[in-house]
Amino acid sequence: MNAPDRKAALQGMGDSRLRKEDARFIQGKGNYVDDIKLPGMLHMDIVRSPLAHARIKKINKEKALAIPGVIAVLTADDLKPLKLHWMPTLAGDVAAVLADEKVHFQMQEVAVVIAEDRYIAADGVEAVEVEYEELPVVIDPFKALEKDAPVLREDLAGKTEGAHGKRYHHNHIFTWDAGDKEATDAAFKNAPVTVSEKLLYPRVHPCPLETCGTVASFDPIRGELTTYITSQAPHIVRTVVSMLSGIPESKVRIVSPDIGGGFGNKVGIYPGYVCAIVSSIVLGRPVKWIEDRIENLSSTAFARDYHMTGELAATAEGKILGLRAHVIADHGAFDACADPTKFPAGLFHICSGSYDIPAAHCTVEGVYTNKAPGGVAYRCSFRVTEAVYLIERMVDVLAQKLNMDKAEIRKKNFIRKEQFPYTSAFGFEYDSGDYDTALDKVLNAVDYKGLRAEQAAKRADPNCPTLMGIGLVTFTEVVGAGPSKICDILGVGMFDSCEIRVHPTGSAIARMGTITQGQGHQTTYAQIIATELGIPSEVIQVEEGDTSTAPYGLGTYGSRSTPVAGAAIAMAARKIHAKAKKLAAHLLEVGENDLEWEIDRFKVKGNAEKFKTMTEIAWAAYNKPPAGMEPGLEAVHYYDPPNFTFPFGAYLCVVDIDKGTGETKIRRFYALDDCGTRINPMIIEGQIHGGLTEGFAVAMGQLLSFDAQGNIQGNSLMDYFLPTSVETPHWETDFTVTPSPHHPIGAKGVAESPHVGSIPTFTSAMVDAFAHLGVTHLEMPHTAFKIWKELKAHGLTH
Amino acid sequence: MSKKIISMNVNGKKVEEAVESRTLLVHFLREKMNLTGAHIGCETSHCGACTVDIDGESVKSCTCFAVQCEGSEVITVEGLAQGGVLHAVQEGFYKEHGLQCGFCTPGMLTRAYRFLHDNPNPTEEEIRVGMSGNLCRCTGYQNIVKAVQYAANKLREDAKNPVAA
Amino acid sequence: MIPPSFDYHCPKTVSEAIELLTKFGDEAKILAGGHSLLPMMKLRFAEPANLIDLNKIPELRGIKEEAGVIKIGAMTTENQVLFSELLLKKVPLLPEAAKLIADPQVRNRGTIGGDIAHGDPANDHPAIAMALDAIFVLQGPKGQRKVKAVDFFHGTYMTALAEDEILVSIEVSPFAPKTGYAYHKLKRKTGDWATAAAAVVMQMSGGKVTHIAIGLTNVAPTALRASAAEKLMVGKEITPALLDQVAESVRSICDPAEDLRGDAEYKTAMAGEMTRRAITAAMAHC
Repeated sequence: MNAPDRKAALQGMGDSRLRKEDARFIQGKGNYVDDIKLPGMLHMDIVRSPLAHARIKKINKEKALAIPGVIAVLTADDLKPLKLHWMPTLAGDVAAVLADEKVHFQMQEVAVVIAEDRYIAADGVEAVEVEYEELPVVIDPFKALEKDAPVLREDLAGKTEGAHGKRYHHNHIFTWDAGDKEATDAAFKNAPVTVSEKLLYPRVHPCPLETCGTVASFDPIRGELTTYITSQAPHIVRTVVSMLSGIPESKVRIVSPDIGGGFGNKVGIYPGYVCAIVSSIVLGRPVKWIEDRIENLSSTAFARDYHMTGELAATAEGKILGLRAHVIADHGAFDACADPTKFPAGLFHICSGSYDIPAAHCTVEGVYTNKAPGGVAYRCSFRVTEAVYLIERMVDVLAQKLNMDKAEIRKKNFIRKEQFPYTSAFGFEYDSGDYDTALDKVLNAVDYKGLRAEQAAKRADPNCPTLMGIGLVTFTEVVGAGPSKICDILGVGMFDSCEIRVHPTGSAIARMGTITQGQGHQTTYAQIIATELGIPSEVIQVEEGDTSTAPYGLGTYGSRSTPVAGAAIAMAARKIHAKAKKLAAHLLEVGENDLEWEIDRFKVKGNAEKFKTMTEIAWAAYNKPPAGMEPGLEAVHYYDPPNFTFPFGAYLCVVDIDKGTGETKIRRFYALDDCGTRINPMIIEGQIHGGLTEGFAVAMGQLLSFDAQGNIQGNSLMDYFLPTSVETPHWETDFTVTPSPHHPIGAKGVAESPHVGSIPTFTSAMVDAFAHLGVTHLEMPHTAFKIWKELKAHGLTH
Repeated sequence: MSKKIISMNVNGKKVEEAVESRTLLVHFLREKMNLTGAHIGCETSHCGACTVDIDGESVKSCTCFAVQCEGSEVITVEGLAQGGVLHAVQEGFYKEHGLQCGFCTPGMLTRAYRFLHDNPNPTEEEIRVGMSGNLCRCTGYQNIVKAVQYAANKLREDAKNPVAA
Repeated sequence: MIPPSFDYHCPKTVSEAIELLTKFGDEAKILAGGHSLLPMMKLRFAEPANLIDLNKIPELRGIKEEAGVIKIGAMTTENQVLFSELLLKKVPLLPEAAKLIADPQVRNRGTIGGDIAHGDPANDHPAIAMALDAIFVLQGPKGQRKVKAVDFFHGTYMTALAEDEILVSIEVSPFAPKTGYAYHKLKRKTGDWATAAAAVVMQMSGGKVTHIAIGLTNVAPTALRASAAEKLMVGKEITPALLDQVAESVRSICDPAEDLRGDAEYKTAMAGEMTRRAITAAMAHC
């Protein structure tokens, strides 16, 4: 076979090869947590609070326990002796496992029922009687900070220091800031132009199609705990479970099997998991807990709820001089956010975006309210969704103030290609970028000038039945958490890992510390190894998720798999490659310097007939290693990234708003992404489609709201907007390639970019449709109802 | 809770089991028949992940009691491949990258199977309407449309050139 | 997610079904398509001790024309309505509207009778039946009786059906040639209930309206027939000014429940807008 054919046969990096994992999914043989059945398995269901804030006066288990098949009913009192009625959160707070004397949010877990089957468990839940005494409810985070606001966290009474510094109010969690306040204040003081806008990023929820669940199985004879769990971070779960239960980590096995979508909803440790594990330990039988959809939307990690104020200072020509951002962050009743420990507001300080802004400062204040805990989730890259929303909206607001075109103002402020690596005013060192090329490519592809001309014509026509809007976003995001000196989860550095073993007959198995939830790791990881080692990806088995076999890793979220684990894979492969070279030299009886690598073999320089393929080398590794060399052909690498990576993109959206109903048609959405080296273009495109669709749903219809009594609204699929194939627009995707200079294969990670970038693009388009009427911002979600109200306010309806 | 004996054909095989009246078909299939392809994504009959084929119609198996299927012909995703050969819809989803996490996939496949049976030459719009009872969070549907188009083409080609049994 | 226990009954005839209804009274619920009832049972909002399944009663199925009347069995599914050649030819409003109800799977089980008998103002067929001047055939222990669609809906979940009666069929007249029709339904997504919807049936002659019927969905405790708006149109040419008046009249009778789809102002305005668009679309057939 000639070289190009050999390369194609590898189906390595750059190849849009079909996925290796599909076979089981298309035949209904996936292995999701609810598919797991163990002998003697019991089922657990949860009694939840109907009230948002109340004292628990009494819990009556009798009727439930009288139902045949109900084995046990547990409350906080039953967990107290084990000191498990509260648990530490990933954000340095504590959260109730089962409500201890009071409930803090509607749908909070109050008791669990364990029964022989899930039908009886449900009957048991209905039969548990709980008496409550209502307390005043706080839903508004601003009201929560008022002097005489009700006290939510009685358990924190008197604690004036939280995990992130001083607490100045009983409902205050932390104040965090970044940047240079003095320099920023000075920039604003002296600036010819300033703009300010309030920007709410409403509460939404990742809503993966598979809800959360677990099968916990404690073997009392071996003293070993095995837990199958919907987790994006199984090793962290193992460490935490060991710490909470006292069982040595070596006797705890956590398995994340096939996971039906994560999107950040499956990072945290939920009370349901803890109760199932405790029940299994106490009862000595496996216990399964699978939540239903309403439970998922009401009690698991929500996303956003950031009340932001953005400000820009600029010259009259539109050059940005300073950025200021202030955020009230509504975290719900407990701060359970999965952020790297030192960052209670995640990576929000990426909010200077793609722009060369000399002075910037941001402040985030976390607040408790009577809502479910969370905030960091939903493809947000640790609050990057909020940050990008803020800066992209503010750039539009500034453009509007100065009557400048939105593309023009961006080009004026872009960090130039020559400035990379670029240190932002917030201290991020952006690895690489070429924003001008990306934007120009998009503007040309859609005929931007033509679109603006069409819009002008439509605005001039009073009989036009629609308002046309053009949205534009040029985002930079920060992913791949992260360097362990600044990024840790509960003290564990955010490195990741890979172990590769090549078998005697030339195929290989590899395991990593991440866990796919649909991103295609079994294929893309194999492709990296295929290119590095010259073994076809088809025969490279990739396994993740079983903590008993996979090397320690921090899991998959924040688009960190390719930047961190992908790097570990390359580095581990290169260790094998180096050993293989020594073996090849030995077999060919030449020096290492006489060899060159070509696709799948080491060749002797100048003598193409003399070569050894990786397959031949593998065999030799197991029976003919040279003196002083260990047999075998394997390596492990733990990769501590030197930096984050900074994927970027340019998105453009055209909308047509029906003046009669307020409905919006997405006429066109053009998404150009730069994620550096592209491992599998087909998989990248699929991820982009998915992220754009989620972004569309968030911007145009998703919302979890609360009434004054703290009743959650819209928490079922009857109302929570998940678009079908009919509503979902057609997506046009494009790309540029600007590799990351610090990454072994130059790859940056991509899957959150379309979510992060598309949401402000939709808002940009909607506002653009009304901009000629003086509208500078419209709050999400841009439902027909809200848009019609706006139309009415401008006299555009009948 | 007295049980009833019901019998039906599942993927061509007769089955007979005792169930409660309230046992949902999806639980019957997943727990009694060990056919865990059909998945549960909601409890309000919206997501379609539980879709199976009952007497020639696509039905959400979470919204039907097993007792209602007495004597019925039920096809699940596990019954689509014949003699080890994937059905055209399965091949289409594989070739066109119509799945990512795989959770919605069995429902999509059993629905696409019936949809193409009823409409062998659909337009893109008809595909989007025809598949609108199945939600997906990963793919954005674009490749699912391509997958169904692939399957439609393959089924029409196969009909023209039937392979000898 | 898990329904409570119940006793299951599967009658083979309408008489059997009525006997069971009479026997169990308010301890029984009818199981038709089940796509309103089962979600309620799974959320434990409904806990009937008995379910009477109508799905195996042949008399309740089928669409036929008899003595110039189109008779639709109550257990006819939405998809059967959608694909009915007879309805497409003779009462095309029904297949067109069925496309806008639920989703393909739900339409295989959801029935026209269930959609009507439930008395849910959010359902589509009540307003459509009103616009068609449909007649509902009810059957109880004492036999059959007929009730006009416009007289059938008394309040939210309250209809003319007695506790021991079943809706057995819906009777409509075939359309005269050049009858205009349309169902315009504003909804947030496929499968959602209407934010507001309007069903229109009309005839014109010499450029003027000779017959007009307007039914409104989900903008009041029951479906509404917009009679006052209709009176404004009879004998008139359809002009933009007339459409404005009609929309205003429609709005004046609306009393929608506020929810996440919109407040009263929006839903009311949309009832007017859907009516306007439905009339405009219906005109194309006249």
